[in-house]
Amino acid sequence: MDAMAILSIFVLSVFVGFEVVSKVSSTLHTPLMSGANAIHGVILVGAIIVADHSETNLELGLSLAAIVLATINMVGGFVVTDRMLEMFKGQKK
Amino acid sequence: MSRTLYDLIGLAAGIAFILALKGLSHPKSARRGNLIGAFGAGLATLVVFFYASPSVYGKAESSLPLNNLGWILGAIVVGLIIGVPAARRVQMTQMPQLVALFNGVGGGAAALVAIVEYLNLGSEATTAQVVFTVFTVIVGCVSFSGSIITFMKLQELMTTRPVVFPAGRFVIAATLASVIGVGGWVVSALGTTPLLVLAALSLLFGVLFVLPVGGADVPIVISLLNAFTGLTVAASGYVLDSVLLIIAGTLVGASGTILTRLMADAMGRSLFGTLFGAFTAKAQDSAGITEDRPVRSGSADDVAILLNYARRVVIVPGFGLAVAQAQHTVRELADLMISKGIDVAYGIHPVAGRMPGHMNVLLAEANVPYDQLVEMDEVNPTFGQTDVAIVIGANDVVNPAAKTTPGCPIYGMPILEVSNAANIIFLKRSMRPGFAGIENELLYDPKTMLLFGDAKSSLTKVVSALKAL
Repeated sequence: MDAMAILSIFVLSVFVGFEVVSKVSSTLHTPLMSGANAIHGVILVGAIIVADHSETNLELGLSLAAIVLATINMVGGFVVTDRMLEMFKGQKK
Repeated sequence: MSRTLYDLIGLAAGIAFILALKGLSHPKSARRGNLIGAFGAGLATLVVFFYASPSVYGKAESSLPLNNLGWILGAIVVGLIIGVPAARRVQMTQMPQLVALFNGVGGGAAALVAIVEYLNLGSEATTAQVVFTVFTVIVGCVSFSGSIITFMKLQELMTTRPVVFPAGRFVIAATLASVIGVGGWVVSALGTTPLLVLAALSLLFGVLFVLPVGGADVPIVISLLNAFTGLTVAASGYVLDSVLLIIAGTLVGASGTILTRLMADAMGRSLFGTLFGAFTAKAQDSAGITEDRPVRSGSADDVAILLNYARRVVIVPGFGLAVAQAQHTVRELADLMISKGIDVAYGIHPVAGRMPGHMNVLLAEANVPYDQLVEMDEVNPTFGQTDVAIVIGANDVVNPAAKTTPGCPIYGMPILEVSNAANIIFLKRSMRPGFAGIENELLYDPKTMLLFGDAKSSLTKVVSALKAL
């Protein structure tokens, strides 16, 4: 992909990222951080791609370690965020 | 699957992440937002198995089914076996450190991916690809080791106070300089040994970066490292030619940066001061003077009598409430007081507990009505008309030193002004100072009464004493 397209995606994503969380109450800081934390677990996709391309045992070993860690990050992150938010259920402001 | 379809599904996952962050910003939509995010992540992961990756970082195009498919699926299962029970079983009080740990392993994963990329970068790799790969190794390692240290601080495996050693700032500066220097070397001359040196130095820098941060500021650092990890994911996306990773990583990086600032503001800290204050921090001289002064401790009956004749009571919960799992008991006490016609409110400090919003989550679990939770700015002016303020396992968030003692670690943090109430009751386990490690003058105030013991058993005694009246 050409550099200009990537730069555009990057800059626009920065603005969207700023915009979506700019007015969040302190009550939700923790779950929001935890949810964002889970989202960067999609590095799992990158880990799978490098595992797919691995040729030596070293590469494969490192890739598989990355897959384990990324899975923990992603799945654990979403589960723990859900547990935090479960506490808020049935509450109306 | 065609490249177009693959990218379209990647775009859909990216949109899911935006909606997830948007949803997580509002109480009503938060849970749904999280589920949308999980859906997006699941979708993105699933699709990889149906698309033969193009040639990336010097590797030939792949074919379906994926190479090493069995190993890949096995590793995912291992991750699930470790991650899901950890997230399911963790106690509410330990959630902050689990989030820190999850962030750390994410950073570690990004660093490992970048190391594998680096091992394969051929002569046809562009300078930008090399730079982004090296960037990911550095920041991923910093995020990994930094998060492990925050985990150890929160788990109290090590001291929660700032760790400052002689010439610390020079060591940190020198380490950072060598990380940058070796990074440049690794970019200019591809080689495995320099890369390992770089990874080791980056890990060391992560440790040094977090060590001097005081306990109360740890959540801010976790949030910052979270943003760091996001950026590494974006950089990996560039090298691996994945639009999805670029979008997801950048979103987390940007929103994480804003969130870090919001958290710092909520705590009345400057972000710069939090991160670099430690470089100039001096050893605390808090010990000594105050230790032998008398305090007034009372019994559960004394507390019950005080409450029985109060018209307005404000409950100030803190980490001690979470540790004792006393949220249901405190609600019982509040309900009892309300039935006696006493005006009851909970004064919620934004960073009471170990993380912003910790108390809201805890009290929500006990079904405390939302309108009884009053935020700091609203509750502070009412302490003048409050007969009794009950501080349950909180310390730093009511410590007047934040206003009166320049130079102490919490100076400048807004506090709950319980000292304006007519009477103050502290439920404490011991005279030990709070997480920030600072003596609290309020404990020695003549209008303060201390009730020692575990918050839950103390509250249970107060409830039965109050019922008997």
